[in-house]
Amino acid sequence: MPKLISKDAVMDNPWTVMTTSTGPEILQSVPGKNFIVPLQFWKLYQEELSNYDGAIAVWIDSNEQPGQIADDLHSLPLIALNFPAFSDGRSYTNARELRQKYGYKGEIRAVGDVLRDQLYYMGQCGFDTFEIRHDQDAELCLDAFKDFKTGYQSTIAEPTPLFRRR
Amino acid sequence: MYRYDGYDHQMLADRVAQFRDQTNRYMDGKLSETEFLPLRLQNGLYVQRLAPMLRIAVPYGMVSATQLRKLAYIANHYDKGYAHFTTRQNIQFNWPALADVPDLLADLAEVEMHAIQTSGNCIRNTTTDQFAGSAVDELEDSRAYCEIIRQWSSFHPEFAYLPRKFKIAVCGTADDQAATQVHDIGIYIVKGPNDEVGFRILVGGGLGRTPVIGKEIFDFVEKKHLLTTLEAILRVYNREGRRDNKYKARIKILVKETGVDEFRNKVLEEWALVKDSSLTLTDEEIDRCQKFFDAPDYQDLGNSPQELTDKLQSNLLFASWHSQNVKPHKVAGYSIVTVCFKETGVAPGDVTDQQLKQIADLADHYSFGEIRISHKQNIVMADVRQDQLFDLWKALESGAMASHNLGLLTDVICCPGGDFCALANAKSIPIAESIQRKFDDHEELTNIGEMNLNISGCMNACGHHHVGNIGILGVDKKGEEYYQVSLGGSSKNNASLGKIIGPSFAQEDIPDVVETIVGVYKDKRSGDEKFIDTFNRIGLAPFKEKVYAKAD
Repeated sequence: MPKLISKDAVMDNPWTVMTTSTGPEILQSVPGKNFIVPLQFWKLYQEELSNYDGAIAVWIDSNEQPGQIADDLHSLPLIALNFPAFSDGRSYTNARELRQKYGYKGEIRAVGDVLRDQLYYMGQCGFDTFEIRHDQDAELCLDAFKDFKTGYQSTIAEPTPLFRRR
Repeated sequence: MYRYDGYDHQMLADRVAQFRDQTNRYMDGKLSETEFLPLRLQNGLYVQRLAPMLRIAVPYGMVSATQLRKLAYIANHYDKGYAHFTTRQNIQFNWPALADVPDLLADLAEVEMHAIQTSGNCIRNTTTDQFAGSAVDELEDSRAYCEIIRQWSSFHPEFAYLPRKFKIAVCGTADDQAATQVHDIGIYIVKGPNDEVGFRILVGGGLGRTPVIGKEIFDFVEKKHLLTTLEAILRVYNREGRRDNKYKARIKILVKETGVDEFRNKVLEEWALVKDSSLTLTDEEIDRCQKFFDAPDYQDLGNSPQELTDKLQSNLLFASWHSQNVKPHKVAGYSIVTVCFKETGVAPGDVTDQQLKQIADLADHYSFGEIRISHKQNIVMADVRQDQLFDLWKALESGAMASHNLGLLTDVICCPGGDFCALANAKSIPIAESIQRKFDDHEELTNIGEMNLNISGCMNACGHHHVGNIGILGVDKKGEEYYQVSLGGSSKNNASLGKIIGPSFAQEDIPDVVETIVGVYKDKRSGDEKFIDTFNRIGLAPFKEKVYAKAD
């Protein structure tokens, strides 16, 4: 079970990621759960999903864009942005876009190849929670958010750039 | 020059601690090779043929005397007593041990230096004209804007894992010495409507495997929109740049495949979101950064003082150095001096710890304690009193730094090549040396006149061979090192990519090939026409004919 952290604590994870190989029929057999479903799945089975009595969130891969479901974003409690490899930087831009362009207020979760040494930057770009890779030490990962005391940029976590603060 | 405040120091200290921790985890086996790779690259650390290579950032090429002394100490303490100037105004050390690097970085931090983002798929050191602030043909000093970009791009959380590396150059002079058009983003400081000063922005230039001249994306951007515009361009690139093939991952390919007009539309769409955000530059911030580059305390002097004109008449060697290496300054009585590091027999751009110390002393004595590194791997003292030029020259001569071949055929740009670099297909330093040995007559060199000869040991093009008037590229032919020659490249305002003359040559043939090319030029030039102009007039054919006729 991958470990989940926020910027300051280890957390329980009530969400289960559903893979594309599953069909919507699983929803009938396990009522009242929290499922994160892939974007394509969500688009295909919107009706079944809207009738489900549990909570539904969407999983967006790094080559997909939140804009594809712009109109529905606000009804989603959580969006998971995938890092297929830690070196794939597209989900940083997707996270910022969710906040900056679409004003998304729900939880943004980093999933996939999520490692200690990228957490600080993810935290700056609008991610709230981090499903760290199985081999990562959750306590050590929490230190990552203290790697830098401040930065130069205007970010989601600190919208005022340093030149307006110094 | 820019001085750190508490914030800058804090960030640098945080970075040093972060990298120390990462290095320790790697050495303890807790961080895999693959996971450590981009972390060490973003701290300038390559693993090379013989040892790690550490690239130190020199923001827009500016170095103080204090920093030079620290670099000399590092060359001596952690390396084999020398350093190397790169083609992006940085400094490299070829021999530090991995375990020492965190200490080395801590030493650098004491003098406000670091190796941040000198490699890796992130925004690299912003470069500019090495005469900035002193040039006669400057609209505005580019360095304040370079510093603003440096801060924005350092540790940018969204752009640390781009599809590929990203290079920005800023040019504020009429004569472009910064190779601006072959950068991922090239910025010209220009006058716009109502004579307001702002920026003309090019995108998608670059060398490497697919050389491209940048295309204009905006003909005029107001100063306050500098960072929001850059942020919008980077956001489109980060999202849409190709990640399936590292050879097609630079922004130039994206711009080419998208088309510049469509690319501009995408940028404008992103820009609309940030254009009036808190990232909009304030007048106060521009003023604050400009103040760091205020004119030094110039004396009220006249041009061509007696001390200078006397020595020019009485000392031929000095006169020759003066005519080649000394350029006019915007302030009367001052000159810009380039110390050319292209002594035959020394790898282009290599400098010893002793020379670094000596340059530091000379900078303190003659040029307000500052120097610049040029992308042509030389050093510039930008504010030297004309009545002190002779004394400076004497001092340089005593340190074997008075080469008077600046801008001539033997002022070669050259990458470290197969002698050091793990990527290289072929050696490049011995090629430079063999050409320098062939052309060892200074009179002949000045007769040939202005000429750039650029050498790269592989198609990554660190030696800028595509934009050399003569470009030489090392290639691997069935395990043997061969050299492809191209002609007619230029990185100036009329930037152009060289044309390949024909089949490649063996290493030992290269000096003769260059001699033949020069011979054709001398034969065909009219009056004092430069090589590049003759080439543009007569084309490749006459050169090709002669070079291969000889080979038969």
